[in-house]
Amino acid sequence: MLFLCTSVLQAQTKKGDVLIKNGTVITITDGTLENTDVLVRNGKIDRIGKNLKTPNGVEEVDATGKFVMPGIIDAHSHIAGTSINEGTSQVTAEVSMEDVVDPLDVGIYRALAGGVTSIHLMHGSANVIGGQNETLKLRWGSTNPEDLRFEGAPRTIKFALGENPTRGGRSRGIQPQSRMGVEAMLRNTFNDAIKYRDAWNAYRSNKSSRKVAPEYSLRMETMVDILEGEVLVHCHSYRADEIYMLMKVFSDFGIEKLTFQHANEAYKVAPELAEFGASASVFSDWWAYKLEVYYSTAYNAAILTENGVTTSINSDSGELIRHLFHEAAKTQKYGDLSDNEALALITLNPAKQLGIDNRVGSLEKGKDADIAIFDNHPLSIYAVPQMTFVDGVKYFDIENDVADQRIYIDPESTVEDVQILYSNDHDRCMEGANVVNFTDLFNNK
Amino acid sequence: MKKFISILSVLVLLPLFAVAQNDGGIVRADNSKFALTNAKIYTVTNGVIENGTIIINNGIIEAVGADINIPGDAQVIDYSGQEIYPGMIDSGTRLGLSEIGSISEANDFREFGEITPNMQALTAVNPNSVAIPVTRVSGVTSTLTMPAGGPLPGTAATISLFGYTPDQMFAGSKGVVMNFPSTAQRGWRRRTPEQIEKAREKAQETINDAFDKAELYAKIKESDDARYYPEMEALAKVVNGEVLLYIEVNSAKDILSALEWIEERGYENVVLTGVAEGWRVAEEIAEAGLPVITGPVLSTPTRGSDAYDTAYKNPGLMQKAGIKVALRTMDTENSRNLPYNAGFAATYGMGREEALKAITINAAEIMGVGDQLGSIEVGKKANIFVSTGDPFQTSTKILDVFIDGYKIPMTSRHTELYDEFLNRTPGLNKNEVKVDG
Repeated sequence: MLFLCTSVLQAQTKKGDVLIKNGTVITITDGTLENTDVLVRNGKIDRIGKNLKTPNGVEEVDATGKFVMPGIIDAHSHIAGTSINEGTSQVTAEVSMEDVVDPLDVGIYRALAGGVTSIHLMHGSANVIGGQNETLKLRWGSTNPEDLRFEGAPRTIKFALGENPTRGGRSRGIQPQSRMGVEAMLRNTFNDAIKYRDAWNAYRSNKSSRKVAPEYSLRMETMVDILEGEVLVHCHSYRADEIYMLMKVFSDFGIEKLTFQHANEAYKVAPELAEFGASASVFSDWWAYKLEVYYSTAYNAAILTENGVTTSINSDSGELIRHLFHEAAKTQKYGDLSDNEALALITLNPAKQLGIDNRVGSLEKGKDADIAIFDNHPLSIYAVPQMTFVDGVKYFDIENDVADQRIYIDPESTVEDVQILYSNDHDRCMEGANVVNFTDLFNNK
Repeated sequence: MKKFISILSVLVLLPLFAVAQNDGGIVRADNSKFALTNAKIYTVTNGVIENGTIIINNGIIEAVGADINIPGDAQVIDYSGQEIYPGMIDSGTRLGLSEIGSISEANDFREFGEITPNMQALTAVNPNSVAIPVTRVSGVTSTLTMPAGGPLPGTAATISLFGYTPDQMFAGSKGVVMNFPSTAQRGWRRRTPEQIEKAREKAQETINDAFDKAELYAKIKESDDARYYPEMEALAKVVNGEVLLYIEVNSAKDILSALEWIEERGYENVVLTGVAEGWRVAEEIAEAGLPVITGPVLSTPTRGSDAYDTAYKNPGLMQKAGIKVALRTMDTENSRNLPYNAGFAATYGMGREEALKAITINAAEIMGVGDQLGSIEVGKKANIFVSTGDPFQTSTKILDVFIDGYKIPMTSRHTELYDEFLNRTPGLNKNEVKVDG
């Protein structure tokens, strides 16, 4: 029955067929292939090779002189979310971003126009254990949030260390107000989760007909799922000491998978991250907007990569998401990464961090046909994205891009709705967290 | 232990001795007479010189060309295969005024009060800001550093990014900043049309009142009865056209209002800044003959309904309409991304040559220092950088930077942390783990 339901849901999203001919195909996992075709059947990559025959009824796209790469994946985004922070408690593992997906956010289209096909819609960083995130495919045009879900992607959750949660603690007069308190809160919550699991296990194995069920808690259910590896943790963090702390906590509780988000000082503990097997999703060059990112270096991604840490570059911004290919290219200025290493930072590596690398992140037979086409090498400043496909369906085509993106015009509208944003405004990690004032919000990522 | 450390530091620093003056581990800027030879020189104002030479003496470009005699006392640096450009100028930043964004004590760009044009950004520039070396090693050698806040928050200054006092950094141009009353939304908090109109009217009254007073003050300030009035002293210079007036204005509607206001007031020496929707009213701006400082180019469109690339295209569309355009990042610590803002502008319609002008000569001319900065010409300040190639291209490396004739150490917090942590010592184990047997 469950299988049936799933099939019905999946059938609702469109799958395309297309033959992308004669491009320079950047596979990520199997080199870069000149004058090569990519055949997509029913939303999957069917073949990659030279001079492929066009099957009947399949549209051809001429990619001569163009570059074909896997769709870009942003492991840290807040576009398409109608709210970001549930900051009412320092632990809100029970809430999920799946309930606040906005399929009409024009940010989705703008991201597609930057070659992005999947995002990790994250909860904010106001609390130590935040809400669950949602991995999306940018199937623009649907009004149904369900259509954007990356079906089959593992569940993930947001944690947050450092200044953001301690600021919340200070403003409310509760724990945590220091990095000591953050660790205590994590250990206490995991210990509570173990007790909760034990109580339920005892109840389930109790043969008595008069047994009484323990109290049910969605929050604790989620914490147990984290302990059992079913929910991947993506943790907002900056300083090396807090990154190191969380690895120790996770070691003690036997949790193996862990991705640090932002992680501006991850470079300082790169050997420890490699040893643990933790990965990092970082900015290309953001720093100095708060104390905990003052000792940053734009060479972070390169140092991590050289130390064997699976690293991605994310946007955390509705602006930056539009040129992640350029952000990845900065690792060639700051640390001499190869073309393939740089492009893996925005394709295969974020796919690994989200547990979807069996489906996306490289151009391989059998993988989803999530593809971006550029007119120049994507790491060039002169590269302009031309087409973006999700499941073989074209959601962006520069030839059909229109100057006015309105779906309808509101006759009641009395004001030209102009919004001016500067670089400091983009981040939404603390949006809706009422523990800070408006000016602080502008300046905190 | 001490001895061990000193031996270690000698070993680590040994390679540096060969290339830079070294003093106890500190690499100092060098102001010898330099001859930079065999480079491809982009002068910006006089074309490209293949295999050219530049002579730098006492802070000034003394000679430039293909066939230059090299003075015997010059330090010759062979830049075969490399390219030389005039230092890039970021025409809008808070560099030097803000050290750490979220900490109010580390921010000095905003003063109390609505009419504070006498507040001098230059005074609060911290010459030792960690972000300054981070910026200049990327080839950005000058910035317009601006105060922020109310309708008339203060006076901006053009600075060059080397010096130990604000005066050593001052690059010769100042301008009063004015925030034109805005009908745009700012940040995430939405205002109703009524709230917007009310705020706009109030701000317009405040500005008009201030300039009415300033015009009067300009007339009577030499008389014996005039009291010293520092705010009006600053604005009187705008009224008399002695200093620039930078008018920050962004939405199309507001730009048109600003053009009307400028015409009514009859002020000379006005620059429009921001101008995010300039492309919508480019003809009107061109007709008014006003120069524009715009950016960041890497921005989202101003309206949800606009095409995704409108901010990328804005500088090119204005330039093609005949407006003199300079670019800015409006950033602090990442002013180093100026060449990429120019690169996107170039890609989306402006073209490489015009985009290069927008971050060099146009910027200098708009700020009134076109005779000193913005191109590689004899007699201009020696603000230049040497690169492995096209500076807009992301992978290009900046090899050397000269500011006011000083060869700048190519180190910053970012490079120092890279050097320390790429192969950290100790790595995973502090001491070797001995296994018995």
